[in-house]
Amino acid sequence: MDMPAPNPEILAKKSRIVSRLQDVLPKDAVIHEETETRAYECDALTAYKCPPLCAVLPSNTEEVSAVLKICHEEGVPVVPRGSGTSLAGGALPTADSVILGVARLNDVLEADYENRVIRVQSGRTNLSVSGAVEHEDFFYAPDPSSQLACAIAGNIAMNSGGAHCLKYGVTTNNLLGVTMVLMDGTVIELGGAHLDAPGYDLLGLICGSEGQLGVVTEATLRILRKPEGARPVLMGFNSAEVAGACVADIIKAGVLPVAIEYMDRLCIEVTDKFSGAGYPDCEALLIVEVEGSEEEIDEQLGVILQIARKHEPVELRESKSPEESAKIWLGRKSAFGAIGQINDYMCLDGTIPVSSLPHVLRRIGEMSEEYGLQVGNVFHAGDGNMHPLILFDANKPGDLETCEAFGAEILKLCVEVGGCLTGEHGVGIEKRDLMTAQFSGEDMEAQMQVKDVFDPAWLLNPAKVFPLQATEARRAQPARAA
Amino acid sequence: MQIPRDESDVADALKAATAPIRITGGGTRPIGNPVEGDALSTEGLSGITLYEPGALTIVAKAGTPVGEIEAALRAENQRLPFEPMDHRALLGTEGAPTIGGVVAANVSGPRRIQAGACRDSLIGVRFVDGVGTVLKNGGRVMKNVTGYDLVKLMAGSYGTLGVLTEVSFKVLPTTAATGTVLIDGLDVGTAVQAMSTALGSPYEVTGAAHGPLGPDGAALTMIRIEGFESSVTYRGGELQRALSHLGGDLSFETDPEVGAELWSTVRNASVFQGTDEDVWRLSVKPTDAPKVAEALDDARLLFDWGGGLIWAGVAPGTYLWSALAGIDGHATLVRAAADIRKALGAFHPEPAPVAALSEGLRRKFDPRGILNPGLMG
Repeated sequence: MDMPAPNPEILAKKSRIVSRLQDVLPKDAVIHEETETRAYECDALTAYKCPPLCAVLPSNTEEVSAVLKICHEEGVPVVPRGSGTSLAGGALPTADSVILGVARLNDVLEADYENRVIRVQSGRTNLSVSGAVEHEDFFYAPDPSSQLACAIAGNIAMNSGGAHCLKYGVTTNNLLGVTMVLMDGTVIELGGAHLDAPGYDLLGLICGSEGQLGVVTEATLRILRKPEGARPVLMGFNSAEVAGACVADIIKAGVLPVAIEYMDRLCIEVTDKFSGAGYPDCEALLIVEVEGSEEEIDEQLGVILQIARKHEPVELRESKSPEESAKIWLGRKSAFGAIGQINDYMCLDGTIPVSSLPHVLRRIGEMSEEYGLQVGNVFHAGDGNMHPLILFDANKPGDLETCEAFGAEILKLCVEVGGCLTGEHGVGIEKRDLMTAQFSGEDMEAQMQVKDVFDPAWLLNPAKVFPLQATEARRAQPARAA
Repeated sequence: MQIPRDESDVADALKAATAPIRITGGGTRPIGNPVEGDALSTEGLSGITLYEPGALTIVAKAGTPVGEIEAALRAENQRLPFEPMDHRALLGTEGAPTIGGVVAANVSGPRRIQAGACRDSLIGVRFVDGVGTVLKNGGRVMKNVTGYDLVKLMAGSYGTLGVLTEVSFKVLPTTAATGTVLIDGLDVGTAVQAMSTALGSPYEVTGAAHGPLGPDGAALTMIRIEGFESSVTYRGGELQRALSHLGGDLSFETDPEVGAELWSTVRNASVFQGTDEDVWRLSVKPTDAPKVAEALDDARLLFDWGGGLIWAGVAPGTYLWSALAGIDGHATLVRAAADIRKALGAFHPEPAPVAALSEGLRRKFDPRGILNPGLMG
């Protein structure tokens, strides 16, 4: 995965840039010693690393604005960073870039239960947003797997999803407003506690723009009252086809579960061994969860179980207690960790039309043979968002490259059947060069011209999302002197 | 009027255009500042191109009548989650509303508070920009973060960034039963309190409205729940218990036809049908609704979305927003004579740096300024 060569002019004026940043930030908020910048050399896509020129940790919108103004004047690329949990390399720096970390922006500014909104600084972690309103029985719905660590800023940048978005939607459906700083330091407000913003839907546009249009410092988020209860049921099937057909039948029956999660044999075995979840011996496992009062849950699960029985499951396990519910979820929630224990892996994130599930799984199986690498499949079946996990050996020369080539083939297959390259992780650097599989040159040009409007000099996270070749002319603008 | 038959016709028409174009679908939603120009209608682009009930996905050409889409969905017990408003009663227009028009104006209805707006269900668009380039964004899957989300940008852009040719939606199953808690005689402040309580409960309220909705225009507060029959009965009971301390006469309406009629009045703002008032649409924080009511004490008001959406009927030519200083939100002049819309501006002005971004986007997508010029200001 190539990154642009660092601009020698910028490297040469490091001390001036650092000193200007130190003028507008507290001393400990500018990190420039080589031993310390290493902490920012990568995100959760650890195969690629590069320490930045320096990193800054502003504490409020004014400091973010001051930093961006300086970087804009100096022509220095800026890479915004939430908590660094991106699996796509969204926060990977270049040697000539300033990392702008939002870790110190973590206050709750206002919790408003009557209007069902919370306003937070963007560095706050996803789970701690729910934590701040939990005592009133409210929660923030999007729940990415990394929710303990990941920041709202990163959630907005990547438009993160989670297991429960079948019912509650992804970040963009739960984001009502932002305070955002443009690359030239201008502070803008979009949306707010009211539901519809006037004019163009700029809020919708910046959500998922991977930190390329501005740096979000504050966010107004929709909070919801917790349901009275929730209960999962576990189903085991003897083939992916049958499990897929069962999912389609559940959806068609008019029940809308909050989550429908799928795991294949490899994932079932590994997670079961890792977590002791007690999963059955089968080819495909579904976890279906519904919400409501006890009676409502019984009624919905009644419908779901009746459908499941028609598909001759090898096991149907309805949770009878919170402990059993936790046990059913345990394996699924620890899937990435469990796989990580046995092997290096690459996690993909393509989405496919639900109807293509059996075909795509079969093809992935065939490709696994061709490439000689094992794949485990775990995904959000209700919305077709797949997470194939390709196992490889990072210490074996050539294995990473084979794995990447295999991954690219899977993602192209997702696009071929009418889906997309990424459902919730983002493009970052990881899928940058595959964008041409999904978009025509004109489609990409239309997106890039949006960046031209927000960041004409292409300084914000410039080497991400689009193939480097396609952005070269835009990025090649010379660094300006102060 | 030009009526292209397919997408490439649209592209040809825009490439060849030398003067401003007024883009229409069914012509039932003449919202925005008046536009001078030759009309281009999307009515020739019609038909459902893909419908997969098991994947909760429908794709249709932009000129497809909304009625056709709703009928197809109904046959599979599904629906558009956002319950799009039909503007014909309010605006006194005729014709068949199109799905492209719904997207262009980001039209939603009462269920917006629970299921999101049109833009939240919209998962893909195809459109032709101002120089005739055919573009696509999003697709037919409901989770997609590949590249920038131009789908959201196109929703509510009123044809000023491109001519929509095809749109895709995530749809949802319809529910077996509906019940509405009705409360007579609440003032606005108490009604908003009731709606906030209901929306902040775990009972999944899918509609919360207040206004002159009772017999002879009496004040009525309505709170809707949907689901399995026994669940609706249970939640209806719980909600009535939770709201009883606020006063007013409580009842629970479960007759589907009566309920549908009441909610269609809210959805279509048809309490303003046939009057000579100007009608404004305000988007505010729900708890600010009583302040709005106080500031606009001469206006006729209909509150939806728990108080967050306010329809205000005022004397023609009133510049309503100046009465609302200090209240966050915005206002759109939806119904007024063309000269009044032109004089007052139908859309709320944006702060300078945001307006600069909007103008920048407009210039990129429509460099010659020929698509509905001036419609949004």
